[in-house]
Amino acid sequence: MSQLPSELKYTESHEWVRLEGEIAFVGITDFAQSELGDIVYVSLPEPGRILRKGDSFGAVESVKTASDLYSPISGEVLEANELATNQTELVNTDPYGKGYLLKVKLSDPSEVGSLISAEQYAKLLP
Amino acid sequence: MNQEFAGIKKRVPSPKLVFEKSSPGRVGCNLPSITTPEVDLNQELGETRSELHLPELSELEVVRHFTNLSHINYGIETGFYPLGSCTMKYNPKINERVAGLSGFTQLHPMQPVSTYPGAIEVMVQVQEFLAELTGFDAISLQPVAGAHGEMTCLMLMKAYHAAKGQGSRRIILVPDSAHGTNPASAARCGYEVKAVPTDANGNSDVAALKGILDGLGSEIAGLMLTNPSTLGLFETQIEEICQLIHNIGGLVFCDGANMNAMVGTTRPGDHGFDCMHLNLHKTFSTPHGGGGPGCGAIGVKQELVPFLPSPIVCRNSNGMAQLDFERPESIGRVSPYFGQFLMEVRALAYLLSYGKEHIHLISECAVLNANYVQEKLKKVLPPAFDRPCTHECVLTAEKYKKEFGVRALDISKRLIDYGFHPPTNYFPLIVPEAMMIEPTETECKETLDKFCEALILICEEASVQPDLLHQAPTSQIVGRLDETLAVKQLNVRWKPST
Repeated sequence: MSQLPSELKYTESHEWVRLEGEIAFVGITDFAQSELGDIVYVSLPEPGRILRKGDSFGAVESVKTASDLYSPISGEVLEANELATNQTELVNTDPYGKGYLLKVKLSDPSEVGSLISAEQYAKLLP
Repeated sequence: MNQEFAGIKKRVPSPKLVFEKSSPGRVGCNLPSITTPEVDLNQELGETRSELHLPELSELEVVRHFTNLSHINYGIETGFYPLGSCTMKYNPKINERVAGLSGFTQLHPMQPVSTYPGAIEVMVQVQEFLAELTGFDAISLQPVAGAHGEMTCLMLMKAYHAAKGQGSRRIILVPDSAHGTNPASAARCGYEVKAVPTDANGNSDVAALKGILDGLGSEIAGLMLTNPSTLGLFETQIEEICQLIHNIGGLVFCDGANMNAMVGTTRPGDHGFDCMHLNLHKTFSTPHGGGGPGCGAIGVKQELVPFLPSPIVCRNSNGMAQLDFERPESIGRVSPYFGQFLMEVRALAYLLSYGKEHIHLISECAVLNANYVQEKLKKVLPPAFDRPCTHECVLTAEKYKKEFGVRALDISKRLIDYGFHPPTNYFPLIVPEAMMIEPTETECKETLDKFCEALILICEEASVQPDLLHQAPTSQIVGRLDETLAVKQLNVRWKPST
């Protein structure tokens, strides 16, 4: 069974968001990493890039497939997690912790309301 | 394990690399005496020469080395090769015999055109056959791979829209079940890609498509559609889909990867498509998979003919095959000369050996074989969509992952121990734990039975001894390869141990 921390918000495209004031941490869910299998490459945007909600902000590549990443919220990229790009296995082993992908400064905090809860996300999983 | 498959054990010892068999100073051939000034390679190349570590062996050692390697190879000529979406059919030997005729092999594309009318006649005949089988007005043999054919068709679409003053159309629609080459070709041609979802029956979601067209119609250049889809299912609303795209001024490309399901039975040109590509190296039995090269012929409707790659190979008013270079609207060449000419010769041999009377047997038997396998495996590996399939079936191993921690990959690796090449895994991406099996028309019932029996036994093993599957294969010279390590620490250069 996938881990689904209840304090996080989720998207239907299997990203998660953790809010700390106006700062959002973004990553992919435990279900997503388990479906992808061993992740071997993570491509992330440079800090400073302005993302709109729904934009493709990068890609994860596993031995099985490559998958686009979609921004759950709008804002400016403050940091792309170098630990995740250098040690891609962290996205598999600690997707909600050390394996986060982006730190974003929210430009429209009201968007957070359109994200789904852990309970709602769990219902989408097979 | 039953009698048939009893005794799975490692059959072949690990062979040494050719570098490891090297003996300094040993020579494998006698070169003719030198008539030009001698060059000292050691001096000229310096360190590079000593770093090369070229193996030094006798002729017999080289022959044995490669003969032994060929014995541990697995191909369609040693066993069943059900790799879905790849059409690994048997390539009849008559193709090779015809392509090996010196009249073909001794040709050079730069000799005067007037000296090879026979070769042009071959190309025209292949085009005529393919035009009739697909229902298109013209064929080009220039593209040299499937994805190359896709890209050429998109270039034609782009030229068509530009000629009509509609060059601003920037979007290409691609279903979410498509081959990865489709969005890649579209992106390469400067298009933005938008996905069309799949509905609950495995068809392209027409309601969702209508929604996209309502909003973006005037910006859409076209739709790339694989039919039958990569789910091995015939798009039941194909005519309506093509009509919807035409209504907004777009064009529809047919990815011909799955043409084996339609040869001689139904024609994409009649379904409403404007252009398509064909893989001669799959559907028309030219070598494929290491044996290549590919041949990605394309077919187009009249409205795209002016833009076809030049020169056009066609007949003049007297019926003589000729080359037409006067193509002012052409997108230009997409490959040197005439594509992979000897592959075209092989395809013609194949087409002629079936003939118009029997060519429908290709698709009929391919579809029958796939449905036989789907039905026989239904209880252990259910199809992703429960309806008759076309030339391949897509099954899901999801329940084994949930219940026993056994994935499609583990089942496939275990098949190797049972003596079969695995099917395609994890494609299409929208099916969890997908196993895509394409038997092709060239397999007999006994082979299919044995393959299905092996898979049924493996699914039993999954529930009682899942580790057998996790560790598979155990019968080969190498066991389970660490794909993650191979990607992260790529090492393809041999160096002597110090």
